Amino acid sequence: MSRIDEILAGNERAAARLMRDLDDRLPSAIAELRLLYPHTGRARVIGVTGNPGAGKSTVVDGLIERYRGAGKRVGVVAVDPTSPFTGGAILGDRIRMQRHATDPGVFIRSLATRGHLGGLSRSTCDVVSVLDAMGCDVVLVETVGVGQDEIDVMAATDTTVVVTVPGLGDDIQAIKAGILEIADVLVVNKADREGADRAVRDLLHMLELRHGSGAREVEIVKTIALRGDGLELLVAAIDRHRVETAGADGRERGRRRAAAQLAELIEEGLAEVTRAAFVERGGIDALADDIAARRTDPYGVAHEIIAALLSGAHRR
Amino acid sequence: MTSPARTVKKLRILVGKPGLDGHDRGAKVVARALSDAGYEVVYTGLHQTPEMIAATAVQEDVDAVGLSIMSGAHLTLFPAVMAALRERGAGDVLVFGGGIVPDDDLPVLAAQGVAAIFKPGTTTQEIVEWVERVVRPRAEARV
Ligand SMILES: Nc1nc2c(ncn2[C@@H]2O[C@H](COP(=O)(O)OP(=O)(O)O)[C@@H](O)[C@H]2O)c(=O)[nH]1
Ligand SMILES: [Mg+2]
Repeated sequence: MSRIDEILAGNERAAARLMRDLDDRLPSAIAELRLLYPHTGRARVIGVTGNPGAGKSTVVDGLIERYRGAGKRVGVVAVDPTSPFTGGAILGDRIRMQRHATDPGVFIRSLATRGHLGGLSRSTCDVVSVLDAMGCDVVLVETVGVGQDEIDVMAATDTTVVVTVPGLGDDIQAIKAGILEIADVLVVNKADREGADRAVRDLLHMLELRHGSGAREVEIVKTIALRGDGLELLVAAIDRHRVETAGADGRERGRRRAAAQLAELIEEGLAEVTRAAFVERGGIDALADDIAARRTDPYGVAHEIIAALLSGAHRR
Repeated sequence: MTSPARTVKKLRILVGKPGLDGHDRGAKVVARALSDAGYEVVYTGLHQTPEMIAATAVQEDVDAVGLSIMSGAHLTLFPAVMAALRERGAGDVLVFGGGIVPDDDLPVLAAQGVAAIFKPGTTTQEIVEWVERVVRPRAEARV
């Protein structure tokens, strides 16, 4: 039985190993993913983003519980940052979700960013695809949550949930981080704390300023994720977003998602080929030395490398 | 121009605390040290059952599982975790541990297949060296 057949038959170990190879960007794994691709496209992919500590993992834990209660199979991809200094990572989002660890209808995978910016790892979409092909009805994607430039999640998911908390005077922060633009549903978590209603009012006000007529209303949901309060309202809001965007909007989003993924794959592949071209020419440092010493010029070298790459591509 | 990530496989290690005791300081120190060594550490937190640890090890595709056991229940918890791993077709995942283990119990655990026990006072450097010596070759050789 091939690994793909094993995965389609629900073998978790096989799926987890393919995810590892995808994360390691092994070309053989990408080839396997092609065989899985026809089996994808059914899962509802929901992104959960927001500042560190806002309660993303706790919200995801609550969503798992709700969707499981509705009989759905749930996949989770939780991304944490790789240390740029050590290359290591502590993947701790699972701590909040471990009560679901042995539920056969739940598959949780932690990923490290491995230097990728934008709040997700390079492999996130691929790992989502594996979960999708395995038959997950819902896949929840938790981003790193650095607040800024987490726009990748919007391109990678059907619905983006942005988790905020009351207080901190972070209304202004939220605008700065561009977080309102990517939200399909806004959550004010930790509503057990003072200022939740004010936070909702502030967010509403900002949304009014921002959205002209015709724009879809972004729903705001108050939750106390730690106690599961408000989670059913959140599920309902996500559902309404799904229904309302099922038509042309949904197709548009699906197209954007495919385009973003395609562009990224091509970029990744070209970067790889470019690195190889540098190595063939004695490394980028040697090339740079020649340029800096004016023995060559950057324009000619770039032109030569591109021309060589293009003719090489023809030969293959 | 070859980045290390390209030539050196990224190891993934689960660090967890099975059983009832609530001392997670040691586990956190080890988790931090392993991540400082460049590994991806899946940290599960406290009060994990052997089944939770095994299910997590499978889904996260870790190369090794490190258990911190301070409760004295090592003679039951280690075999229970390893049995749960085997049941999920992951008997090849290395299991190691740390905590308070009397010397008399070390051969018993070794016979059960526990790959290493690090006693209190072991430096994190020694643990990393063990990972490089024992865990890495297996991870690199994996097909
Ligand atoms: N008071 C309160 N604390 C919460 C709530 N939801 C989560 N937390 C706590 O906030 C902290 C961060 O939660 P976590 O889900 O890990 O946040 P993340 O970093 O965004 O994933 C944890 O200590 C949670 O227990 C809530 O509704 N109320
Ligand atoms: Mg989290």
